[in-house]
Amino acid sequence: MFSLARIPARIDAIVLGASAGGAEALGVLLAGLPAHTVASLFVVLHLPRNRPSLLVEIFAKRCALKLREAQDKEPVAAGTVYFAPPDYHMLIDDGPSIALSVDDPVCFSRPAIDPLFESAAAVYRDRLLGIILTGANEDGAAGLRAVHDAGGLAIVQDIASAKSSYMPAAAKRSVPAAAELTLEEVRNLLQTLKTEVTA
Amino acid sequence: MSISAPLTSDFDLELKLLVDAIYVKFHYDFRGYAQASLKRRIASALLHFGCASVSQLQDRLLREPQVFPQLLDFLTVQVSSMFRDPAYYAALRRRVVPLLRTYPSLKLWVAGCSAGEEVYSLAIMLREEGLLERTIIYATDINSQALERAGAGVYPQDRIADFSENYVAAGGRGSLSDYYTAAYGNAIFDKSLRRNVVFSDHSLATDSVFAEVHLVSCRNVLIYFNRVLQERALGLFHDALCRKGFLGIGSKESIRFSAHANDFSEVSAEQRIYQKQLANV
Repeated sequence: MFSLARIPARIDAIVLGASAGGAEALGVLLAGLPAHTVASLFVVLHLPRNRPSLLVEIFAKRCALKLREAQDKEPVAAGTVYFAPPDYHMLIDDGPSIALSVDDPVCFSRPAIDPLFESAAAVYRDRLLGIILTGANEDGAAGLRAVHDAGGLAIVQDIASAKSSYMPAAAKRSVPAAAELTLEEVRNLLQTLKTEVTA
Repeated sequence: MSISAPLTSDFDLELKLLVDAIYVKFHYDFRGYAQASLKRRIASALLHFGCASVSQLQDRLLREPQVFPQLLDFLTVQVSSMFRDPAYYAALRRRVVPLLRTYPSLKLWVAGCSAGEEVYSLAIMLREEGLLERTIIYATDINSQALERAGAGVYPQDRIADFSENYVAAGGRGSLSDYYTAAYGNAIFDKSLRRNVVFSDHSLATDSVFAEVHLVSCRNVLIYFNRVLQERALGLFHDALCRKGFLGIGSKESIRFSAHANDFSEVSAEQRIYQKQLANV
């Protein structure tokens, strides 16, 4: 049973990965975020490569936080949601700042979840929350492992209720200690995060 | 294949030592590369070479002469597409070509040309605009093997569908097949496209300006540099550009966070095409 006692005292960043069925699941989480959230959120949703992403426009009306499509070398701001642009990987670099790359697709996808999670784990260590939502491939399994190994909190969407269970199931196999939560439980968890920076 | 960049600070330490060793022994300078991408590329090189640690790779790098050229590919090569981001080329045609046309002769610099996709894209666009014969294109990269591939202009046939689709979306006037011959599963691009192309070894990290040019196109190269190296590269571009010369960068790159932001004005903000500003003196 997952207990709130296991949430680290301070979460500075949340990385989210989703694929098939992910837009809907993300909608639930983003709409639930309180306006006073101080963590930065980074989202990789597998997208078609050749079309501009409309994620910022789609979620803007339903989310209380600032939403941005990430740009290279952009300094990371608190209380902001960054989406990986189509056809680029989004990574976190020292600073922290955002680094994009056009390196080869991972699990046939660019953007991919693993590069984001692994690079964020190296920067945020135990101040990171990694969440794998619905999806139909293995992307994110290695990334969630990196989050866990660096001391961050690993969460997968409840496998039984995820629209597409393959991705959370693969992530759970990769990180057996990951908490398996329903979308509503994840939403509630994000609402309980600390609201001030405890520097 | 999973590329898990190890998280320990030992990895960071070993990476720094490796990059220093490459600089001292081979004179390639990766010290100003963005760490996050560099780590992933080294991690995938470790898998390729079957090395358990970066130190092990360094050992082989120093003792086995064939390792460095292969490692250089891991660190530098990216697979691009011809006419990647077609809207960029469409914007060049619409906003930049009319001004380039006013010059009796033209010089372009494709910085970080890798295997040449961008070079051929620009050459085809200039041919269709009737400007190629009066243009010299400097195509530079630090990887001499990539430059050789660029100079050959041969791409696997299975990439051509993607190239063609982009070509049409970029406002191509004919058919991409007008510019290549298909043979043995490859597309061999017309060598008249590169008659005025100078392929040359040049490092944005260590070399200086070599010519005055009217347009610099450097796409998805700066994303691999850290801030300091990015500033250096933008400074080179600024110095290389003629009065009111043009700079094109990748569609998700930005000079907004750079000290050079005020040295350029926007020609197409969305397509990241800029024009050199006169100094504010």
